[in-house]
Amino acid sequence: MSAMVDTAPAHPVAPARDEGRASAPWALAAPALMLFLGVLVIPLAMTVLLSFHDWGQYKGIEPVLILKNWHEIATDPYYLEMFGRTFRIALLTTLITAVLGAPEAYILNRMAGPWKSFFLLVILGPLLISVVARTLGWALLFGGNNGLVNKLLMSLGLIDAPLPFMFTETGVVVALAHVMMPFMVLSVWAALQRLDPQIENAATSLGAGSFTIMRRIIMPQIMPGVLAGAIIVFSLSASAFATPAIIGGRRLKVAATLAYDEFLNTLNWPLGAAVAVLLLVALVLIVVGSNALIERRYAEVFR
Amino acid sequence: MSFLELDRVGKRFGPTTVVDDFSLVVRKGEFISFLGPSGCGKTTTLQMIAGFLDPSRGAIRLEGKDLTAVPPAKRGLGIVFQSYALFPHLTAAENVAFGLEMRRVPRAERGERVRATLAMVGLEGFEERYPRRMSGGQQQRVALARALVIRPSVLLLDEPLSNLDAKLREEMQIELRQIQRNLGTTTILVTHDQSEAMSLSDRIVVMSQGRIEQIGTPQETYERPATTFVSQFLGKTNDFAAEIDRGTAPARLIAGSWSAPAPPGVAGPVTISVRPERIGFGEAGLTAAVVTRIFQGNHWLFQCDSECGPAIVIRQNDGTPQPAEGEAVRLTWRTEDMSLRARGSV
Ligand SMILES: Nc1ncnc2c1ncn2[C@@H]1O[C@H](COP(=O)(O)OP(=O)(O)OP(=O)(O)O)[C@@H](O)[C@H]1O
Ligand SMILES: [Mg+2]
Repeated sequence: MSAMVDTAPAHPVAPARDEGRASAPWALAAPALMLFLGVLVIPLAMTVLLSFHDWGQYKGIEPVLILKNWHEIATDPYYLEMFGRTFRIALLTTLITAVLGAPEAYILNRMAGPWKSFFLLVILGPLLISVVARTLGWALLFGGNNGLVNKLLMSLGLIDAPLPFMFTETGVVVALAHVMMPFMVLSVWAALQRLDPQIENAATSLGAGSFTIMRRIIMPQIMPGVLAGAIIVFSLSASAFATPAIIGGRRLKVAATLAYDEFLNTLNWPLGAAVAVLLLVALVLIVVGSNALIERRYAEVFR
Repeated sequence: MSFLELDRVGKRFGPTTVVDDFSLVVRKGEFISFLGPSGCGKTTTLQMIAGFLDPSRGAIRLEGKDLTAVPPAKRGLGIVFQSYALFPHLTAAENVAFGLEMRRVPRAERGERVRATLAMVGLEGFEERYPRRMSGGQQQRVALARALVIRPSVLLLDEPLSNLDAKLREEMQIELRQIQRNLGTTTILVTHDQSEAMSLSDRIVVMSQGRIEQIGTPQETYERPATTFVSQFLGKTNDFAAEIDRGTAPARLIAGSWSAPAPPGVAGPVTISVRPERIGFGEAGLTAAVVTRIFQGNHWLFQCDSECGPAIVIRQNDGTPQPAEGEAVRLTWRTEDMSLRARGSV
């Protein structure tokens, strides 16, 4: 569309031919647009509409337009706490993946040939396994008295009671960080690929030590990669379902698990829709906002 | 007076020897070029001087002190990399200032020196530009300024001009030479471009397969190549097989029907090497026939078939009539214009 607008003034003559051509992009894009409309826009619009409907234990869903659900979310502190928890978990997960993932990618990048491919496989391997299986692994290690690690530590006498992991925020964050790590490592890895291989030698020859090189030369250059990874990890963590559902369970609800429960257990679809829409809007705002900030910060240097 | 000294330096990667028995004495203020084909070990040698690689054997000394014991960050050498390796997240001025910051030069002096050095390489007004927003030639200048601003004891340049187009390269060569003359910085340039090495250096180190073939001034290496490799690598040349005839009273040097009094001190079968522009057509000399004649504006290029094998002759286009294709000619040259080496030596 923008191409059409841009070229129109450039060709003031032969409008007939231009008109014929102008419709071509629309015709060509039609199949994709239909799909986009059918599977994304329409369901989304219906969900938004649903969030304004009424619901009662006995009357079910009433197709009216009221602000009841939104009012409930805005006034009941339960929702504030729940959304607070969701974004706290997402933020902590993002921090952990950044702090661990960036050095991981750097070390990986410096490894010699065969080791590099091996460890890359180790890091990316989990992507091939279902999130459920990976999360259940954590539950097996730390789940209550029967968790493998807890059993070991208790029999060694290092701890008296099992480490609290299941149904705790810490547990959810740790398991999510594990699940999300590949996205951060890949993102930083891509940034490292763009680094000049001689750049560290150049800094060394100017008298910089390895700590200074890391802080002044490497870090600023891979920062866009870290931030891009952070956006991916943050939005995936905030909307994650499987891991919070298994580790957090019913006691520790986040936005995704709450929406799920409203839809399938309470059957209060309108409230569930309101929670889902709010999560979506918040995420879009956060992602678009931080992306704009990053673009502005790095436009000068990397474009 | 030796300033930088490489003493029988060698480098092996596993079983392969990449640099072998490399000895060189560089004087203060000298401009040295390492010249050789791709993969002959030029970069490796330079990286050993810089300290990014440890020599497998031998010693490197700067002003008599062992350099191999000094970590690369403390050597105080200025290096320009082939890819420039500028810091893309810093402006031109910040790039140049980096080395001074590391040396804890006070801010005011730092600013002054950065400005002066950028001006010296012709980049006034580019202080706030980021490298991505500069042309290849400008980036090249920033890299040079960044290396020079720390007042390095030795400037190391690894094919710094190879990414530039021919015209810009020529300009930068002249500029580089002028800057080096003005500052008097001892400089080592790595290149595989023989004309670059010739026009810039005080002395050229011609390398092949990790070994030094010849060290000499550009004129020496061109006119008195020590080996066949050097004569072939530095421009076109003619090699003729020749014998020494001791039967006559003053011994004579004979190649086909060309002959001259033998210079003292040579014996046995030898190879005569003559540059194409030093051969003339005469009454006597090597019998040959012109195969092709090519007009190239300011000169003629003749490919001849002589009794000692193919020969190339270049004649100035000075208006005199030149032999035609197929014509029989005699090739002759002055003994000062040829170089001799024992045949069999490579
Ligand atoms: N780390 C290494 N391991 C094994 N072999 C190496 C290594 N580094 C370089 N070599 C080999 O050493 C030889 C010399 O390399 P070097 O980079 O010094 O060549 P060069 O003369 O600079 O060539 P060019 O003009 O192409 O840059 C090459 O054959 C190269 O394959
Ligand atoms: Mg090289």
